Amino acid sequence: MTAAKSADPVPSIYTTSPAMQRRNAAETRFRLYGLVAIALSLSLLAVMLVTIFRDGTSSFFQARLSYTVELTEKVLDPKGNRNRDEMTKVTTVGYGKVLSAGLMATLEARNIDLGGLKPKEVAELISKDAAGGLRAKVLADPALVGSTIEVSVFAAGRVDGFLKGRVTMESAKLDSNISPEQLELADRMRTAGILSSGWNWDFFTNPDASDQRPEAAGLGVALIGSLYLMILVALMCVPVGVAASIYLEEFAPKNTLTDAIEVNVSNLAAVPSIVYGILGLSIFINVFGLPQSSSLVGALVISLMTLPTIIIATRAAIRAVPPSIRDAALGVGASKMQTVFHHVLPLAMPGILTGTILGLAAGLGQSAPLLLIGMVAFVDNHPAPPLDGFLDPATALPVQIYTWVTRSDPAFVERSNGAIIVLLAFLVVMNLLAILARRKFERRW
Amino acid sequence: MTMNDMRMESRVQNAVNKIEARKVQVYYGENHAIKDVDVVIPDKAVTAFIGPSGCGKSTFLRCLNRMNDTISVCRVEGLIQLDGENIYDKRVDPVQLRAKVGMVFQKPNPFPKSIYDNVAYGPRIHGLSRTKAELDEIVESSLRKAALWNEVKDRLHAPGTGLSGGQQQRLCIARAIATSPEVLLMDEPCSALDPIATAQVEELIDELRSAFSVVIVTHSMQQAARVSQHTAFFHLGHLVEYGETGQIFTNPQDPRTESYITGRIG
Repeated sequence: MTAAKSADPVPSIYTTSPAMQRRNAAETRFRLYGLVAIALSLSLLAVMLVTIFRDGTSSFFQARLSYTVELTEKVLDPKGNRNRDEMTKVTTVGYGKVLSAGLMATLEARNIDLGGLKPKEVAELISKDAAGGLRAKVLADPALVGSTIEVSVFAAGRVDGFLKGRVTMESAKLDSNISPEQLELADRMRTAGILSSGWNWDFFTNPDASDQRPEAAGLGVALIGSLYLMILVALMCVPVGVAASIYLEEFAPKNTLTDAIEVNVSNLAAVPSIVYGILGLSIFINVFGLPQSSSLVGALVISLMTLPTIIIATRAAIRAVPPSIRDAALGVGASKMQTVFHHVLPLAMPGILTGTILGLAAGLGQSAPLLLIGMVAFVDNHPAPPLDGFLDPATALPVQIYTWVTRSDPAFVERSNGAIIVLLAFLVVMNLLAILARRKFERRW
Repeated sequence: MTMNDMRMESRVQNAVNKIEARKVQVYYGENHAIKDVDVVIPDKAVTAFIGPSGCGKSTFLRCLNRMNDTISVCRVEGLIQLDGENIYDKRVDPVQLRAKVGMVFQKPNPFPKSIYDNVAYGPRIHGLSRTKAELDEIVESSLRKAALWNEVKDRLHAPGTGLSGGQQQRLCIARAIATSPEVLLMDEPCSALDPIATAQVEELIDELRSAFSVVIVTHSMQQAARVSQHTAFFHLGHLVEYGETGQIFTNPQDPRTESYITGRIG
């Protein structure tokens, strides 16, 4: 027996057995799968970001015409008494005439060749939004009438597209809104320094604009609406969610009823968001009669869907606090509530904050429920400051993106990409807050 | 015999007895964990509960300050009296009881706060001090009694979790005695400690005996022999034998006790 055994060569540890080789190969393969999966998701993310930034960053810049305009008294204040009430009778048509006359005069003064264009065609280079802006400015200060002022007005959307390379001579031939001759004039105006592209703050402050003047459309109402939504959702969700979680986790008896509640809270988190929209429409608007399109109703609906997420995150955070801390507190004679508020909650705080902020971020990105409660409407007026403003019609960032994508003018597509960048920036900021909150409140035990 | 008579009787007969348990039964749901336990725990002495794992000694210890109330399936029957008063009486608030019957746990579990706040927490919530100076005094004397003062007096505001394991356990003892309890329950207080820290805690337990009634659950028979005056041997939920520590270890009456201390069962 021993002889037979010693006849077998004892395998050296320098050689790898076939079984071991197979195991190593399997491990190498598995690592490779993981690397491929990560590379794939990273490249998809990169493609998405590159596309969005390529198509969207241009929306932060806008072509403007800078020139001098004489505010002719004959047109703007026919009676000559600077009475504001009478001046309001002059519509934007009158101001449009003044603006185009000013542009014509400037072009003439600078000896720029019109290329055979009629004044009406030259005037088409100015945004249809410009007249309204000038009118508001003059009505605010009637003394301006009669003077000559410097104006900086939006150029028409196609001219802006020309500067950004979206509109070309070839496309202009097929376009009823702009002709190659007009573009050539625009090019000469750019050389002369009348037409230039610059950073566009109005993109962040202006309300949405009609199809005829995409260059004036901005995120102002959507930003305020999203801000109001987040404030209201945080105010409604955090106290309710945290209180519910503490009760369920620390005080509630363990019985069939609490089990049923637990299962249903998890189920609610999985309900499609559009269902909450229908609920909001039928309950908050039709039964309670709250104003549709308002941030308050939007916030109520988003709260309904954020609440389960917050409850689940908070319960997990509370459950993660080691039971020894509860024993320690109870052992020195702390009451249940003292144990929870002095020891459990502070330790659960990082988890609660992270869960809450991530829940809010998910709420910020919601669009489907808001469509159903009318926050998709075209809102031309900024909502008032709180508290009244919570009842004013508003829209939200994701919904604004949706509305712009559905518009036909390519200028709106550019703007929707710009809005996506803004929304992503918001989400990144909120996630950073979550990380900072976790860092700040994290304590070791 | 009414409750009242019993209380009178026990006060007269057992003036030095701190806790008396009669026919105690504990159920975890269907499981009958403690069966018919009768025990009398004297004041100003150390009583050790020994026995193999799962014998119910920790469960019984946790009945003495009603920590088992936090387990919803746990049910306690029988009579447990502290100074002749039934601690499971409807009028007893378990939170108030736990201030009188302090507890030290198996694993050191200081709060993630400063050393000072760890000790001051109990006195604060029970309103034992009116001024900062009084509180400082309580903290100092508790830390002194726990033989920790000299090691931490210069860093009272450092986190309690930064101490070594043995120091943490002595901090937990200081925290437990800061509320001036009458009984100190210790659930295997040295099982997570190294031999040097164990020796320090054992020495401390011996000193605490002068002020408190100490009940200690331990796995180590040597420890029971070293620190206790009375020993109770638990086996499968029964209190098999209870008596003077010397007698239990040298002259056990029950064959099961003998088998356990000689290492044949356990």
